[in-house]
Amino acid sequence: MNPFEYQRVKEPKAAVDALVHLQHAKFLAGGTNLIDLMKDGVERPTALVDINRLALAEIEELPGGGLRMGALARNSDTANHPLVREKYPLLTQAILAGASPQLRNMATNGGNLMQRTRCYYFMDPAFAQCNKRNPGSGCAAIDGFNRIHAILGASENCIAAHPSDMCVALAALEAKIRVLGGNDERVIPMANFHRLPGTTPQVDTNLRPNELILSIDLPPSPYANHSHYMKLRDRASYAFALVSVAAALEIDGGQIRSARLALGGVAHKPWRAEEAEALLTGKPLSEETFQIAAARVMQDAKPYRYNKFKIEMAKRAVARSLAIAGGVA
Amino acid sequence: MQSEKKPGNDASPEQQNSPSTPHPETNSKQSHSGLTRREFVATASILTGGAAIEFSRCGVTPSHGLAAHASVAIEAPETAAANVVPVTLNINGTKHDMSLDPRVTLLDALRENLSMTGTKKGCDHGQCGSCTVLVNKRRINSCLSLAVTHDGDEIVTVEGLAKGGELDPVQAAFLEKDGFQCGYCTAGQICSAVALLREAQEGAASFVTADLRRTGPADLTRDEIRERMSGNICRCGAYPGIVDAVEKAWRQKNGVERSRA
Repeated sequence: MNPFEYQRVKEPKAAVDALVHLQHAKFLAGGTNLIDLMKDGVERPTALVDINRLALAEIEELPGGGLRMGALARNSDTANHPLVREKYPLLTQAILAGASPQLRNMATNGGNLMQRTRCYYFMDPAFAQCNKRNPGSGCAAIDGFNRIHAILGASENCIAAHPSDMCVALAALEAKIRVLGGNDERVIPMANFHRLPGTTPQVDTNLRPNELILSIDLPPSPYANHSHYMKLRDRASYAFALVSVAAALEIDGGQIRSARLALGGVAHKPWRAEEAEALLTGKPLSEETFQIAAARVMQDAKPYRYNKFKIEMAKRAVARSLAIAGGVA
Repeated sequence: MQSEKKPGNDASPEQQNSPSTPHPETNSKQSHSGLTRREFVATASILTGGAAIEFSRCGVTPSHGLAAHASVAIEAPETAAANVVPVTLNINGTKHDMSLDPRVTLLDALRENLSMTGTKKGCDHGQCGSCTVLVNKRRINSCLSLAVTHDGDEIVTVEGLAKGGELDPVQAAFLEKDGFQCGYCTAGQICSAVALLREAQEGAASFVTADLRRTGPADLTRDEIRERMSGNICRCGAYPGIVDAVEKAWRQKNGVERSRA
Protein backbone atom coordinates (compact mmCIF):
# COMPACT_ATOMS: atom_id res chain seq x y z
CA MET A 1 0.00 0.00 0.00
CA ASN A 2 1.35 3.44 -0.86
CA PRO A 3 1.95 5.86 2.03
CA PHE A 4 -0.77 8.41 2.66
CA GLU A 5 -1.65 11.20 5.01
CA TYR A 6 -4.54 10.58 7.39
CA GLN A 7 -6.98 13.23 8.57
CA ARG A 8 -10.10 13.05 10.71
CA VAL A 9 -12.88 15.56 10.14
CA LYS A 10 -15.96 16.33 12.20
CA GLU A 11 -18.06 18.54 9.89
CA PRO A 12 -19.20 17.88 6.31
CA LYS A 13 -17.87 21.27 5.22
CA ALA A 14 -14.45 20.44 6.71
CA ALA A 15 -14.48 17.14 4.83
CA VAL A 16 -15.09 18.85 1.51
CA ASP A 17 -12.46 21.52 2.29
CA ALA A 18 -9.92 18.86 3.20
CA LEU A 19 -10.44 17.12 -0.11
CA VAL A 20 -10.00 20.42 -1.95
CA HIS A 21 -6.74 21.20 -0.15
CA LEU A 22 -5.15 17.77 -0.25
CA GLN A 23 -4.18 16.51 -3.67
CA HIS A 24 -5.27 13.02 -4.77
CA ALA A 25 -7.20 12.57 -1.52
CA LYS A 26 -10.18 10.33 -0.97
CA PHE A 27 -12.87 10.07 1.66
CA LEU A 28 -12.60 7.03 3.93
CA ALA A 29 -15.86 5.64 5.30
CA GLY A 30 -16.32 1.87 5.80
CA GLY A 31 -13.22 1.17 3.71
CA THR A 32 -14.42 -2.26 2.59
CA ASN A 33 -13.76 -1.52 -1.06
CA LEU A 34 -11.20 1.30 -0.90
CA ILE A 35 -8.75 -0.40 1.49
CA ASP A 36 -9.00 -3.59 -0.52
CA LEU A 37 -8.13 -1.73 -3.73
CA MET A 38 -5.32 0.19 -1.99
CA LYS A 39 -3.73 -3.07 -0.86
CA ASP A 40 -3.35 -4.10 -4.48
CA GLY A 41 -2.33 -0.66 -5.74
CA VAL A 42 -5.49 -0.17 -7.82
CA GLU A 43 -6.27 2.93 -5.75
CA ARG A 44 -3.31 5.05 -4.66
CA PRO A 45 -4.62 8.11 -2.82
CA THR A 46 -1.96 10.28 -1.18
CA ALA A 47 -4.33 11.23 1.61
CA LEU A 48 -7.40 9.76 3.28
CA VAL A 49 -9.98 12.00 4.92
CA ASP A 50 -11.73 9.89 7.56
CA ILE A 51 -15.40 10.92 7.51
CA ASN A 52 -16.63 8.24 9.91
CA ARG A 53 -17.23 10.78 12.68
CA LEU A 54 -19.51 13.04 10.65
CA ALA A 55 -23.08 13.12 11.98
CA LEU A 56 -24.53 11.53 8.85
CA ALA A 57 -25.71 8.18 10.15
CA GLU A 58 -29.34 9.02 10.89
CA ILE A 59 -32.28 7.38 9.17
CA GLU A 60 -35.42 9.48 9.49
CA GLU A 61 -38.80 10.03 7.92
CA LEU A 62 -39.11 13.01 5.61
CA PRO A 63 -42.08 15.35 5.78
CA GLY A 64 -44.50 13.94 3.23
CA GLY A 65 -43.66 10.32 3.88
CA GLY A 66 -40.29 9.68 2.27
CA LEU A 67 -37.19 8.47 4.04
CA ARG A 68 -33.76 10.08 4.47
CA MET A 69 -30.93 7.60 4.97
CA GLY A 70 -27.66 9.18 6.08
CA ALA A 71 -24.62 8.53 3.92
CA LEU A 72 -22.77 7.08 6.90
CA ALA A 73 -25.52 4.78 8.13
CA ARG A 74 -24.06 1.28 7.86
CA ASN A 75 -25.62 -1.08 5.35
CA SER A 76 -26.66 -3.46 8.15
CA ASP A 77 -28.38 -0.71 10.11
CA THR A 78 -30.13 0.56 7.00
CA ALA A 79 -31.38 -2.90 6.01
CA ASN A 80 -32.72 -3.53 9.50
CA HIS A 81 -34.17 -0.12 10.23
CA PRO A 82 -37.88 -0.61 11.10
CA LEU A 83 -39.01 2.00 8.58
CA VAL A 84 -36.97 0.45 5.78
CA ARG A 85 -38.24 -3.05 6.54
CA GLU A 86 -41.83 -1.81 6.74
CA LYS A 87 -41.95 0.60 3.79
CA TYR A 88 -39.08 -0.44 1.51
CA PRO A 89 -38.59 -4.20 2.01
CA LEU A 90 -37.13 -4.33 -1.51
CA LEU A 91 -34.19 -2.29 -0.24
CA THR A 92 -33.77 -4.48 2.85
CA GLN A 93 -33.67 -7.60 0.66
CA ALA A 94 -31.20 -6.08 -1.77
CA ILE A 95 -28.80 -4.94 0.95
CA LEU A 96 -28.97 -8.30 2.72
CA ALA A 97 -28.22 -10.04 -0.59
CA GLY A 98 -24.84 -8.31 -0.77
CA ALA A 99 -21.50 -9.11 0.86
CA SER A 100 -21.44 -10.65 4.37
CA PRO A 101 -22.74 -9.56 7.78
CA GLN A 102 -19.24 -8.37 8.71
CA LEU A 103 -18.86 -6.27 5.58
CA ARG A 104 -22.38 -4.84 5.88
CA ASN A 105 -21.56 -3.77 9.44
CA MET A 106 -18.68 -1.71 8.05
CA ALA A 107 -19.94 -0.57 4.65
CA THR A 108 -21.87 2.69 4.49
CA ASN A 109 -24.72 3.80 2.27
CA GLY A 110 -22.57 6.43 0.58
CA GLY A 111 -19.74 3.96 0.14
CA ASN A 112 -22.08 1.46 -1.48
CA LEU A 113 -22.90 4.07 -4.14
CA MET A 114 -19.17 4.58 -4.74
CA GLN A 115 -18.28 0.89 -5.08
CA ARG A 116 -16.07 0.04 -8.00
CA THR A 117 -16.46 -2.85 -10.40
CA ARG A 118 -15.16 -6.30 -9.56
CA CYS A 119 -13.97 -6.86 -13.15
CA TYR A 120 -10.92 -9.12 -12.72
CA TYR A 121 -8.88 -7.00 -15.10
CA PHE A 122 -9.62 -3.82 -13.17
CA MET A 123 -8.91 -5.42 -9.79
CA ASP A 124 -5.46 -6.72 -10.74
CA PRO A 125 -2.78 -4.25 -11.88
CA ALA A 126 -0.81 -7.20 -13.28
CA PHE A 127 -3.04 -6.76 -16.33
CA ALA A 128 -1.70 -3.86 -18.38
CA GLN A 129 -4.96 -3.23 -20.19
CA CYS A 130 -7.77 -1.55 -18.30
CA ASN A 131 -9.27 1.73 -19.44
CA LYS A 132 -10.94 2.17 -16.07
CA ARG A 133 -7.70 1.80 -14.12
CA ASN A 134 -5.36 3.21 -16.73
CA PRO A 135 -7.25 5.30 -19.32
CA GLY A 136 -6.17 4.62 -22.88
CA SER A 137 -4.59 1.25 -22.13
CA GLY A 138 -7.39 -0.81 -23.66
CA CYS A 139 -9.87 -3.35 -22.28
CA ALA A 140 -8.56 -6.81 -21.48
CA ALA A 141 -12.06 -8.09 -20.74
CA ILE A 142 -13.53 -7.66 -24.22
CA ASP A 143 -11.41 -10.51 -25.60
CA GLY A 144 -10.71 -12.04 -22.20
CA PHE A 145 -12.66 -14.12 -19.73
CA ASN A 146 -15.78 -12.00 -19.65
CA ARG A 147 -18.25 -14.28 -17.92
CA ILE A 148 -19.23 -11.73 -15.24
CA HIS A 149 -19.33 -8.74 -17.54
CA ALA A 150 -22.00 -6.42 -18.92
CA ILE A 151 -24.49 -7.29 -21.64
CA LEU A 152 -26.24 -3.92 -21.75
CA GLY A 153 -24.90 -0.40 -22.26
CA ALA A 154 -21.24 -1.38 -22.55
CA SER A 155 -18.78 0.30 -24.92
CA GLU A 156 -15.71 -0.82 -26.83
CA ASN A 157 -13.70 0.82 -24.04
CA CYS A 158 -15.17 -1.03 -21.07
CA ILE A 159 -17.57 -3.89 -20.43
CA ALA A 160 -17.38 -3.87 -16.62
CA ALA A 161 -20.51 -4.51 -14.56
CA HIS A 162 -21.60 -2.53 -11.51
CA PRO A 163 -21.27 -4.71 -8.40
CA SER A 164 -23.90 -3.31 -6.03
CA ASP A 165 -27.16 -4.94 -4.98
CA MET A 166 -28.33 -1.99 -2.89
CA CYS A 167 -28.05 0.35 -5.87
CA VAL A 168 -30.34 -1.86 -7.97
CA ALA A 169 -33.11 -1.43 -5.41
CA LEU A 170 -32.35 2.29 -5.14
CA ALA A 171 -32.76 2.59 -8.93
CA ALA A 172 -36.15 0.85 -8.80
CA LEU A 173 -37.23 3.02 -5.86
CA GLU A 174 -36.14 6.25 -7.61
CA ALA A 175 -33.85 7.37 -4.83
CA LYS A 176 -32.32 10.83 -4.83
CA ILE A 177 -28.72 11.38 -3.78
CA ARG A 178 -28.10 14.54 -1.77
CA VAL A 179 -24.53 15.82 -2.05
CA LEU A 180 -22.44 18.72 -0.73
CA GLY A 181 -19.75 20.48 -2.74
CA GLY A 182 -18.18 23.76 -1.66
CA ASN A 183 -21.05 25.50 0.13
CA ASP A 184 -23.76 24.13 -2.10
CA GLU A 185 -26.00 21.14 -1.80
CA ARG A 186 -27.52 19.51 -4.84
CA VAL A 187 -29.63 16.47 -5.56
CA ILE A 188 -28.75 13.81 -8.14
CA PRO A 189 -31.52 11.41 -9.22
CA MET A 190 -30.38 7.80 -8.88
CA ALA A 191 -30.84 7.27 -12.63
CA ASN A 192 -28.16 9.91 -13.28
CA PHE A 193 -25.81 9.05 -10.45
CA HIS A 194 -23.89 6.25 -12.14
CA ARG A 195 -22.59 6.48 -15.72
CA LEU A 196 -22.31 4.18 -18.67
CA PRO A 197 -18.67 3.69 -19.69
CA GLY A 198 -18.71 5.42 -23.11
CA THR A 199 -15.26 6.81 -23.84
CA THR A 200 -14.47 7.62 -20.19
CA PRO A 201 -14.90 4.40 -18.21
CA GLN A 202 -12.52 5.72 -15.55
CA VAL A 203 -15.38 7.94 -14.35
CA ASP A 204 -17.94 5.78 -12.52
CA THR A 205 -20.38 8.46 -11.37
CA ASN A 206 -21.60 11.98 -12.02
CA LEU A 207 -20.44 13.07 -8.57
CA ARG A 208 -18.14 16.05 -9.10
CA PRO A 209 -14.62 16.12 -7.68
CA ASN A 210 -14.68 17.06 -4.00
CA GLU A 211 -18.39 16.42 -3.54
CA LEU A 212 -19.52 14.57 -0.42
CA ILE A 213 -22.62 12.37 -0.32
CA LEU A 214 -24.87 13.49 2.54
CA SER A 215 -27.85 11.19 2.25
CA ILE A 216 -29.92 8.90 0.08
CA ASP A 217 -33.54 10.07 0.02
CA LEU A 218 -36.42 7.78 -0.90
CA PRO A 219 -39.78 9.12 -2.07
CA PRO A 220 -42.96 7.60 -0.60
CA SER A 221 -43.48 4.20 -2.20
CA PRO A 222 -46.66 2.35 -3.21
CA TYR A 223 -44.63 -0.84 -3.69
CA ALA A 224 -44.15 -2.09 -0.11
CA ASN A 225 -46.64 -4.95 -0.50
CA HIS A 226 -45.50 -6.25 -3.87
CA SER A 227 -41.76 -6.27 -4.39
CA HIS A 228 -38.99 -8.80 -4.75
CA TYR A 229 -35.21 -8.79 -5.07
CA MET A 230 -33.77 -11.83 -6.80
CA LYS A 231 -30.05 -12.50 -6.94
CA LEU A 232 -28.49 -15.25 -9.05
CA ARG A 233 -24.87 -16.08 -8.35
CA ASP A 234 -22.27 -18.83 -8.38
CA ARG A 235 -22.86 -19.84 -4.77
CA ALA A 236 -25.81 -19.50 -2.43
CA SER A 237 -24.43 -16.54 -0.52
CA TYR A 238 -21.52 -14.10 -0.28
CA ALA A 239 -20.89 -13.74 -4.02
CA PHE A 240 -21.50 -10.99 -6.56
CA ALA A 241 -24.51 -11.21 -8.82
CA LEU A 242 -24.35 -12.74 -12.27
CA VAL A 243 -27.82 -11.28 -12.67
CA SER A 244 -30.06 -9.63 -10.12
CA VAL A 245 -33.53 -8.15 -10.41
CA ALA A 246 -35.44 -5.62 -8.32
CA ALA A 247 -39.12 -5.89 -9.19
CA ALA A 248 -41.90 -3.83 -7.66
CA LEU A 249 -45.57 -3.73 -8.58
CA GLU A 250 -48.53 -1.58 -7.63
CA ILE A 251 -51.56 -3.79 -8.05
CA ASP A 252 -55.21 -2.86 -8.31
CA GLY A 253 -57.82 -5.60 -8.79
CA GLY A 254 -55.53 -8.05 -10.53
CA GLN A 255 -54.19 -5.34 -12.84
CA ILE A 256 -50.76 -3.75 -12.69
CA ARG A 257 -51.29 -0.09 -11.96
CA SER A 258 -47.56 0.71 -12.11
CA ALA A 259 -44.28 -1.21 -12.14
CA ARG A 260 -40.63 -0.69 -11.33
CA LEU A 261 -37.89 -2.87 -12.68
CA ALA A 262 -34.11 -2.65 -12.36
CA LEU A 263 -31.31 -5.16 -12.95
CA GLY A 264 -27.86 -5.71 -11.51
CA GLY A 265 -24.87 -7.58 -12.90
CA VAL A 266 -25.76 -6.69 -16.48
CA ALA A 267 -24.42 -3.16 -17.01
CA HIS A 268 -21.90 -0.53 -15.94
CA LYS A 269 -24.67 0.99 -13.79
CA PRO A 270 -27.81 -0.29 -12.09
CA TRP A 271 -30.01 -0.94 -15.12
CA ARG A 272 -33.47 0.61 -14.86
CA ALA A 273 -35.84 -0.93 -17.41
CA GLU A 274 -38.36 1.84 -18.00
CA GLU A 275 -39.66 0.56 -21.33
CA ALA A 276 -40.47 -2.80 -19.79
CA GLU A 277 -42.18 -0.97 -16.91
CA ALA A 278 -44.38 0.80 -19.44
CA LEU A 279 -45.30 -2.53 -21.05
CA LEU A 280 -46.40 -3.85 -17.66
CA THR A 281 -48.57 -0.88 -16.80
CA GLY A 282 -52.30 -1.57 -17.08
CA LYS A 283 -51.76 -5.26 -17.86
CA PRO A 284 -53.13 -8.24 -15.93
CA LEU A 285 -50.87 -10.21 -13.60
CA SER A 286 -50.03 -13.04 -15.92
CA GLU A 287 -47.08 -15.09 -17.05
CA GLU A 288 -47.55 -13.74 -20.56
CA THR A 289 -47.29 -10.16 -19.33
CA PHE A 290 -44.11 -10.99 -17.43
CA GLN A 291 -42.54 -12.73 -20.44
CA ILE A 292 -43.22 -9.77 -22.70
CA ALA A 293 -41.58 -7.42 -20.20
CA ALA A 294 -38.61 -9.76 -19.79
CA ALA A 295 -38.07 -9.97 -23.53
CA ARG A 296 -38.18 -6.18 -23.77
CA VAL A 297 -35.48 -5.78 -21.10
CA MET A 298 -33.10 -8.02 -23.06
CA GLN A 299 -34.06 -6.73 -26.53
CA ASP A 300 -30.85 -4.75 -26.99
CA ALA A 301 -28.53 -7.07 -25.07
CA LYS A 302 -25.10 -7.67 -26.55
CA PRO A 303 -23.24 -10.64 -25.11
CA TYR A 304 -19.52 -11.42 -25.22
CA ARG A 305 -17.83 -14.77 -25.60
CA TYR A 306 -18.38 -16.10 -22.10
CA ASN A 307 -21.54 -14.35 -20.91
CA LYS A 308 -24.21 -15.29 -23.46
CA PHE A 309 -25.93 -17.26 -20.71
CA LYS A 310 -26.80 -14.01 -18.97
CA ILE A 311 -29.45 -13.13 -21.55
CA GLU A 312 -31.65 -16.15 -20.92
CA MET A 313 -30.84 -16.01 -17.23
CA ALA A 314 -31.94 -12.37 -17.02
CA LYS A 315 -35.17 -13.01 -18.93
CA ARG A 316 -36.16 -15.81 -16.61
CA ALA A 317 -35.09 -13.84 -13.54
CA VAL A 318 -37.22 -10.86 -14.60
CA ALA A 319 -40.31 -12.97 -15.28
CA ARG A 320 -39.89 -14.94 -12.07
CA SER A 321 -39.22 -11.84 -9.93
CA LEU A 322 -42.34 -10.13 -11.30
CA ALA A 323 -44.41 -13.23 -10.54
CA ILE A 324 -43.07 -13.37 -6.97
CA ALA A 325 -43.59 -9.64 -6.48
CA GLY A 326 -47.13 -9.98 -7.79
CA GLY A 327 -47.86 -12.90 -5.47
CA VAL A 328 -48.65 -15.24 -8.39
CA ALA A 329 -45.45 -17.30 -8.46
CA MET B 1 2.29 -3.28 -1.29
CA GLN B 2 4.80 -4.78 -3.65
CA SER B 3 6.69 -1.51 -3.83
CA GLU B 4 7.95 -1.59 -0.26
CA LYS B 5 11.69 -1.77 0.09
CA LYS B 6 13.13 -5.18 0.52
CA PRO B 7 14.56 -5.55 4.01
CA GLY B 8 16.26 -8.82 3.20
CA ASN B 9 18.52 -7.13 0.68
CA ASP B 10 19.39 -3.67 1.84
CA ALA B 11 18.25 -3.21 5.42
CA SER B 12 20.71 -2.20 8.10
CA PRO B 13 21.34 -4.61 11.01
CA GLU B 14 19.00 -2.49 13.16
CA GLN B 15 16.25 -2.78 10.59
CA GLN B 16 16.77 -6.49 10.35
CA ASN B 17 16.13 -6.74 14.04
CA SER B 18 12.90 -4.81 13.89
CA PRO B 19 10.58 -7.73 13.14
CA SER B 20 11.61 -9.56 16.26
CA THR B 21 10.83 -6.47 18.30
CA PRO B 22 7.71 -5.30 16.48
CA HIS B 23 6.62 -2.80 19.10
CA PRO B 24 7.96 -1.61 22.46
CA GLU B 25 4.72 -2.65 24.11
CA THR B 26 5.01 -6.24 22.99
CA ASN B 27 5.13 -8.75 25.82
CA SER B 28 5.45 -12.02 23.99
CA LYS B 29 6.00 -15.22 25.90
CA GLN B 30 9.63 -16.21 25.44
CA SER B 31 10.76 -19.69 24.58
CA HIS B 32 13.97 -21.18 26.01
CA SER B 33 15.99 -19.72 23.18
CA GLY B 34 14.64 -16.24 23.95
CA LEU B 35 12.52 -16.14 20.80
CA THR B 36 8.89 -17.02 20.31
CA ARG B 37 8.05 -19.37 17.48
CA ARG B 38 6.74 -16.48 15.37
CA GLU B 39 9.82 -14.39 16.02
CA PHE B 40 12.03 -17.31 15.12
CA VAL B 41 10.16 -17.80 11.85
CA ALA B 42 10.38 -14.08 11.06
CA THR B 43 14.10 -13.95 11.83
CA ALA B 44 14.80 -17.12 9.91
CA SER B 45 13.01 -15.86 6.86
CA ILE B 46 15.17 -12.73 6.86
CA LEU B 47 18.27 -14.87 6.94
CA THR B 48 17.00 -16.76 3.93
CA GLY B 49 16.10 -13.58 2.10
CA GLY B 50 12.39 -14.31 2.20
CA ALA B 51 11.43 -11.38 4.36
CA ALA B 52 10.18 -9.16 1.57
CA ILE B 53 7.18 -11.40 1.14
CA GLU B 54 6.72 -11.70 4.87
CA PHE B 55 6.56 -7.94 5.32
CA SER B 56 4.59 -7.02 2.27
CA ARG B 57 1.89 -9.57 3.02
CA CYS B 58 1.53 -8.26 6.54
CA GLY B 59 1.23 -4.62 5.55
CA VAL B 60 3.68 -3.76 8.31
CA THR B 61 6.78 -2.40 6.73
CA PRO B 62 10.19 -1.99 8.26
CA SER B 63 9.72 1.77 8.03
CA HIS B 64 6.60 1.37 10.11
CA GLY B 65 8.42 -0.67 12.69
CA LEU B 66 11.02 2.02 13.02
CA ALA B 67 8.52 4.84 12.87
CA ALA B 68 7.03 3.49 16.06
CA HIS B 69 10.22 4.73 17.73
CA ALA B 70 10.01 8.49 18.10
CA SER B 71 13.60 9.19 17.09
CA VAL B 72 12.98 8.11 13.54
CA ALA B 73 9.52 9.54 13.11
CA ILE B 74 10.69 13.06 14.00
CA GLU B 75 13.38 13.12 11.31
CA ALA B 76 11.10 13.84 8.39
CA PRO B 77 7.64 14.95 9.46
CA GLU B 78 6.79 16.21 5.97
CA THR B 79 7.00 12.86 4.26
CA ALA B 80 4.01 10.61 4.25
CA ALA B 81 6.15 7.57 4.99
CA ALA B 82 7.02 8.91 8.44
CA ASN B 83 3.43 9.87 9.09
CA VAL B 84 2.33 8.28 12.35
CA VAL B 85 -0.99 8.76 14.05
CA PRO B 86 -1.60 8.43 17.78
CA VAL B 87 -4.42 6.06 18.64
CA THR B 88 -5.74 4.36 21.74
CA LEU B 89 -6.96 0.85 21.06
CA ASN B 90 -9.20 -0.60 23.74
CA ILE B 91 -8.81 -4.33 23.27
CA ASN B 92 -10.51 -6.84 25.55
CA GLY B 93 -10.77 -4.14 28.21
CA THR B 94 -7.11 -3.08 28.07
CA LYS B 95 -6.14 0.26 26.60
CA HIS B 96 -3.08 0.42 24.36
CA ASP B 97 -1.69 3.87 23.55
CA MET B 98 0.02 3.48 20.21
CA SER B 99 1.51 5.49 17.36
CA LEU B 100 0.71 3.81 14.09
CA ASP B 101 1.39 4.27 10.43
CA PRO B 102 -2.14 4.86 9.09
CA ARG B 103 -1.66 1.98 6.66
CA VAL B 104 -1.71 -0.55 9.48
CA THR B 105 -4.96 -2.49 9.55
CA LEU B 106 -6.63 -3.42 12.81
CA LEU B 107 -5.67 -7.02 12.04
CA ASP B 108 -1.99 -6.18 11.67
CA ALA B 109 -2.02 -3.97 14.76
CA LEU B 110 -3.37 -6.90 16.76
CA ARG B 111 -1.02 -9.50 15.36
CA GLU B 112 2.17 -7.62 14.58
CA ASN B 113 2.18 -4.74 17.04
CA LEU B 114 0.47 -6.33 20.01
CA SER B 115 1.34 -10.00 19.37
CA MET B 116 -2.29 -10.98 19.83
CA THR B 117 -2.27 -13.77 17.28
CA GLY B 118 -5.64 -15.30 18.12
CA THR B 119 -7.15 -13.29 15.29
CA LYS B 120 -6.08 -14.92 12.03
CA LYS B 121 -5.09 -13.52 8.66
CA GLY B 122 -6.59 -15.54 5.86
CA CYS B 123 -7.21 -13.76 2.56
CA ASP B 124 -6.49 -10.21 3.84
CA HIS B 125 -9.17 -8.99 1.40
CA GLY B 126 -12.45 -9.36 3.26
CA GLN B 127 -13.38 -12.57 1.48
CA CYS B 128 -12.86 -15.26 4.14
CA GLY B 129 -13.83 -13.88 7.57
CA SER B 130 -10.94 -15.44 9.50
CA CYS B 131 -9.99 -11.97 10.82
CA THR B 132 -13.43 -11.30 12.30
CA VAL B 133 -13.40 -9.33 15.56
CA LEU B 134 -16.08 -7.45 17.49
CA VAL B 135 -15.99 -3.66 17.46
CA ASN B 136 -18.57 -2.03 19.72
CA LYS B 137 -20.22 -5.47 19.86
CA ARG B 138 -20.52 -5.72 16.05
CA ARG B 139 -18.58 -8.18 13.90
CA ILE B 140 -16.27 -6.71 11.29
CA ASN B 141 -13.39 -7.85 9.06
CA SER B 142 -10.33 -6.44 10.81
CA CYS B 143 -8.25 -6.85 7.63
CA LEU B 144 -10.16 -4.08 5.82
CA SER B 145 -10.27 -1.62 8.70
CA LEU B 146 -7.45 0.79 9.45
CA ALA B 147 -6.39 0.62 13.10
CA VAL B 148 -6.24 4.42 13.45
CA THR B 149 -9.98 4.63 12.71
CA HIS B 150 -10.71 2.71 15.92
CA ASP B 151 -9.55 5.26 18.48
CA GLY B 152 -11.62 4.63 21.61
CA ASP B 153 -13.70 1.81 20.13
CA GLU B 154 -14.39 -1.24 22.30
CA ILE B 155 -12.63 -4.09 20.51
CA VAL B 156 -13.08 -7.71 21.51
CA THR B 157 -11.00 -10.50 19.99
CA VAL B 158 -11.28 -14.24 20.47
CA GLU B 159 -8.82 -13.85 23.38
CA GLY B 160 -11.38 -11.71 25.21
CA LEU B 161 -14.45 -13.94 24.97
CA ALA B 162 -13.83 -16.25 27.94
CA LYS B 163 -14.70 -14.72 31.29
CA GLY B 164 -13.08 -15.71 34.60
CA GLY B 165 -11.74 -18.98 33.21
CA GLU B 166 -15.14 -19.91 31.74
CA LEU B 167 -15.39 -20.31 27.99
CA ASP B 168 -18.03 -18.28 26.22
CA PRO B 169 -21.01 -20.58 25.48
CA VAL B 170 -20.22 -20.27 21.77
CA GLN B 171 -16.65 -21.47 22.35
CA ALA B 172 -17.91 -24.39 24.45
CA ALA B 173 -20.44 -25.29 21.75
CA PHE B 174 -17.75 -25.30 19.04
CA LEU B 175 -15.75 -27.74 21.16
CA GLU B 176 -18.71 -29.99 21.89
CA LYS B 177 -20.03 -30.03 18.31
CA ASP B 178 -16.67 -30.32 16.53
CA GLY B 179 -17.09 -26.97 14.83
CA PHE B 180 -13.62 -27.07 13.31
CA GLN B 181 -10.92 -29.27 11.86
CA CYS B 182 -7.61 -27.45 11.35
CA GLY B 183 -8.77 -24.51 13.45
CA TYR B 184 -7.44 -21.66 11.31
CA CYS B 185 -10.84 -20.10 10.63
CA THR B 186 -12.17 -20.90 14.11
CA ALA B 187 -11.41 -17.63 15.90
CA GLY B 188 -13.25 -15.76 13.16
CA GLN B 189 -16.10 -18.27 13.13
CA ILE B 190 -16.54 -17.96 16.89
CA CYS B 191 -16.43 -14.15 16.98
CA SER B 192 -18.87 -14.12 14.08
CA ALA B 193 -21.22 -16.52 15.85
CA VAL B 194 -21.14 -14.49 19.07
CA ALA B 195 -22.28 -11.43 17.12
CA LEU B 196 -24.81 -13.49 15.15
CA LEU B 197 -26.59 -14.53 18.35
CA ARG B 198 -26.83 -10.94 19.46
CA GLU B 199 -28.12 -9.79 16.05
CA ALA B 200 -30.72 -12.57 16.00
CA GLN B 201 -31.83 -11.71 19.53
CA GLU B 202 -32.27 -8.09 18.45
CA GLY B 203 -34.42 -9.21 15.53
CA ALA B 204 -32.06 -8.57 12.64
CA ALA B 205 -33.20 -10.11 9.35
CA SER B 206 -31.14 -12.02 6.80
CA PHE B 207 -31.52 -12.59 3.06
CA VAL B 208 -33.40 -15.85 3.74
CA THR B 209 -35.82 -14.34 6.28
CA ALA B 210 -39.29 -14.92 4.85
CA ASP B 211 -41.18 -12.10 6.54
CA LEU B 212 -39.17 -8.91 6.85
CA ARG B 213 -42.00 -7.15 8.67
CA ARG B 214 -42.03 -9.62 11.53
CA THR B 215 -40.37 -8.13 14.61
CA GLY B 216 -38.84 -9.78 17.68
CA PRO B 217 -36.01 -12.31 17.86
CA ALA B 218 -35.22 -14.14 14.63
CA ASP B 219 -36.40 -17.68 13.97
CA LEU B 220 -32.91 -19.13 13.74
CA THR B 221 -33.37 -22.14 11.48
CA ARG B 222 -30.35 -23.99 10.09
CA ASP B 223 -30.83 -22.18 6.77
CA GLU B 224 -30.80 -18.90 8.67
CA ILE B 225 -27.61 -19.90 10.49
CA ARG B 226 -25.91 -20.88 7.22
CA GLU B 227 -26.81 -17.57 5.59
CA ARG B 228 -25.78 -15.54 8.63
CA MET B 229 -22.45 -17.41 8.91
CA SER B 230 -21.73 -17.11 5.17
CA GLY B 231 -19.09 -14.44 5.76
CA ASN B 232 -16.83 -17.08 7.32
CA ILE B 233 -15.27 -19.60 4.98
CA CYS B 234 -13.97 -22.95 6.32
CA ARG B 235 -11.62 -24.69 3.91
CA CYS B 236 -11.84 -27.94 5.88
CA GLY B 237 -15.58 -27.94 5.34
CA ALA B 238 -16.51 -28.18 9.01
CA TYR B 239 -19.79 -26.43 8.25
CA PRO B 240 -22.17 -29.10 9.66
CA GLY B 241 -20.41 -28.91 13.03
CA ILE B 242 -20.33 -25.12 12.90
CA VAL B 243 -24.08 -24.94 12.27
CA ASP B 244 -24.62 -27.47 15.08
CA ALA B 245 -22.54 -25.33 17.42
CA VAL B 246 -24.37 -22.10 16.60
CA GLU B 247 -27.70 -23.86 16.93
CA LYS B 248 -26.73 -25.22 20.33
CA ALA B 249 -25.49 -21.86 21.57
CA TRP B 250 -28.71 -20.21 20.38
CA ARG B 251 -30.91 -22.74 22.14
CA GLN B 252 -28.85 -22.38 25.27
CA LYS B 253 -29.11 -18.61 25.13
CA ASN B 254 -32.87 -18.94 24.90
CA GLY B 255 -33.10 -21.44 27.71
CA VAL B 256 -34.23 -24.28 25.44
CA GLU B 257 -31.25 -26.43 26.31
CA ARG B 258 -28.99 -26.55 29.34
CA SER B 259 -25.27 -26.71 28.79
CA ARG B 260 -23.83 -30.19 29.20
CA ALA B 261 -20.32 -28.83 29.24
